[in-house]
Amino acid sequence: MAGDLEKLSLRSGIGSWGRYPQQRHHLHVLWDRSRELPRFPAPALPYGRGRSYGDVCLNDGGVLLSTRGLDRFISLDDERGWLRCEAGLTFEQILGLIVPRGWFLPVTPGTRLATLGGAIANDVHGKNHHRVGSFGHFVRELELLRTDGQRLRCSRQQNAEWFAATIGGLGLTGLITWAELELKRIHNPWLIAQTIRFFDVDEFFALSADSERDYEYTVAWIDCTTRGRGLFMRANHAPPLDDLPPAPRAKRLRVPFTPPLALVNRATLMPFNAAYFWSHRARGAPELTHFDAFFYPLDALLEWNRLYGPRGFLQYQCVVPPGESAAITALLDWIGQRRAGSFLAVLKTFGDRAADGMLSFPRAGITLALDFPIVGPKTFALLTELDRIVLDAKGAIYPAKDARMPPAMFRAGFPASERFTPFIDPGLSSSFRRRVMH
Amino acid sequence: MRKILILGATSAIATATARLLAAEGHELFLAARNAPALQALADDLRTRGVRRIGSAHFDAVQMGAYAALIESAAAALEGLDTAILAYGSLPDQATIQDDPERVAADLNANFVSAAALLTHLAARFERQGYGTIVAISSVAGDRGRAVNYVYGSAKAGLTAFLSGLRQRLWSKGIDVITIKPGFVDTPMTAGFQKGALWSTPHVVAAAIVRAMRSHQTTVYVPGFWRWIMPGIRALPERIFVRMRF
Repeated sequence: MAGDLEKLSLRSGIGSWGRYPQQRHHLHVLWDRSRELPRFPAPALPYGRGRSYGDVCLNDGGVLLSTRGLDRFISLDDERGWLRCEAGLTFEQILGLIVPRGWFLPVTPGTRLATLGGAIANDVHGKNHHRVGSFGHFVRELELLRTDGQRLRCSRQQNAEWFAATIGGLGLTGLITWAELELKRIHNPWLIAQTIRFFDVDEFFALSADSERDYEYTVAWIDCTTRGRGLFMRANHAPPLDDLPPAPRAKRLRVPFTPPLALVNRATLMPFNAAYFWSHRARGAPELTHFDAFFYPLDALLEWNRLYGPRGFLQYQCVVPPGESAAITALLDWIGQRRAGSFLAVLKTFGDRAADGMLSFPRAGITLALDFPIVGPKTFALLTELDRIVLDAKGAIYPAKDARMPPAMFRAGFPASERFTPFIDPGLSSSFRRRVMH
Repeated sequence: MRKILILGATSAIATATARLLAAEGHELFLAARNAPALQALADDLRTRGVRRIGSAHFDAVQMGAYAALIESAAAALEGLDTAILAYGSLPDQATIQDDPERVAADLNANFVSAAALLTHLAARFERQGYGTIVAISSVAGDRGRAVNYVYGSAKAGLTAFLSGLRQRLWSKGIDVITIKPGFVDTPMTAGFQKGALWSTPHVVAAAIVRAMRSHQTTVYVPGFWRWIMPGIRALPERIFVRMRF
């Protein structure tokens, strides 16, 4: 099947979550996993739902292979919790099938609108990283379709190198048509969650150390307008319960349009953050919380990225090795001094289970993620300053969130990138690859 | 609970419809030409928990095989009370319009085959005294346009055939439902620029399921076409021939 670009046309409006950079693409929707990929005169890139923030899911001037038509389940082994399905399914679609049957995602990012393929290609992590590792650890097997028509079944036993290249491989090793996942048993859709206030980063580390043994999920929101006060959240799946509350009604609002100015700015942020912080008790009681509310609070406001206005935003997520907590303090100080940063600031400790992917981001240490509305060159200059702190601490930046790191930063954070290069499909490329991986 | 035969089951609209029907607890028999896609859909529905499912190869051009196909569906489901015709091809008008054989082949695939199938199904449902027939026609059948009149005339034929069949079977309590989608974002329309008038397979599927439940006759999807198409039909020919859309 020859794909030709005349039938497609370059268009804007398909983007990534940060809405920066804005680029133009040809869009080709895939509907049938048994077919070969069409051949295009320009490089292509698999594209799920555009939930990565920067340009790992973009391919300026090239083709995006939309996987939204690859949304079929293949099988669910109800004894062992092995789910095999096509890679264009979103976590929302998968949860809709598995939760009523007593299963849950082994690892989930903060949105249920990401796809299975995207989760593998970015080796995403969740609030349980300290316990179980990253998403790739739960991928049992996958099929990789190369642009030359070759199909590779990849697992830890078969084509193991290809498997390691594809976990966290940013979609560059081929199209993941389907994958088999190892799910987690749950008794019901509820968690028992607790929120605790803290006033500085040291207190966060103490809470973290305290909670990691007994809590499967931990994460903290920090108020970056201060020197590091925040809310520590920890939770476990609920045990079997006789009396379950009714599932909350799915209330979903949508930001209807992009306001001409970012609604997130200094004037709105300080009072908003303070109100959010003080609306919680010093030490909340453990509460029965629905998984939707615990894992995906931001999904309740569809297209919230529009709040950052037409210029979009950058997310900065880094990891620094254990013991480098001084670097986290330095980063927060720097951001506080510049009065930058935003509402969404997240702090979490990663466990020491080594990731399976050559380019996987999760590794032992502390990870910090922050949003920055783009106000101009000074936003980029600030992040360059942050790079220095991260680099000095031998840390790394998360490609899935990135739209601006320099190539040297990538090489330093991902020493296996040279080993990865031979696995790149010659028919695929991405804006991230052209910008950073050389 | 219905026992439903879906012809052209792997089309995007049929796939979305099958999922909704499976979720409502109906039993399905899938028929389609593309074997791997048919298998993939059957696996998907089985994993989602369909009550009962069967499948078979179906190619619209092999008219001799229709009777056996319908029999095997009825045997697999132990009965048959609903049939959904969801297959079709959208030819590129410009490449076929000067080729009589391809024009005829397209009319065969989109209309003649459907008429033959409907004749089989009508006889069966009339004999058993109950049944529902759903067929996907198109707004393109409401008036022939230069850009797609081969496809449009096949759908016009189908719409007229369904109209007559509905009238014939009305007194027998057999529903004949004509679905007329407008522009739908599916593999069939991959080469088109999509705009505000475009709809999704899921929207059409929901309309089909609703129409089956509430015994509707002709359904435009999305509903606004019901108000647009009479206007287009009413345009005087002298004006219409000068228009470009």
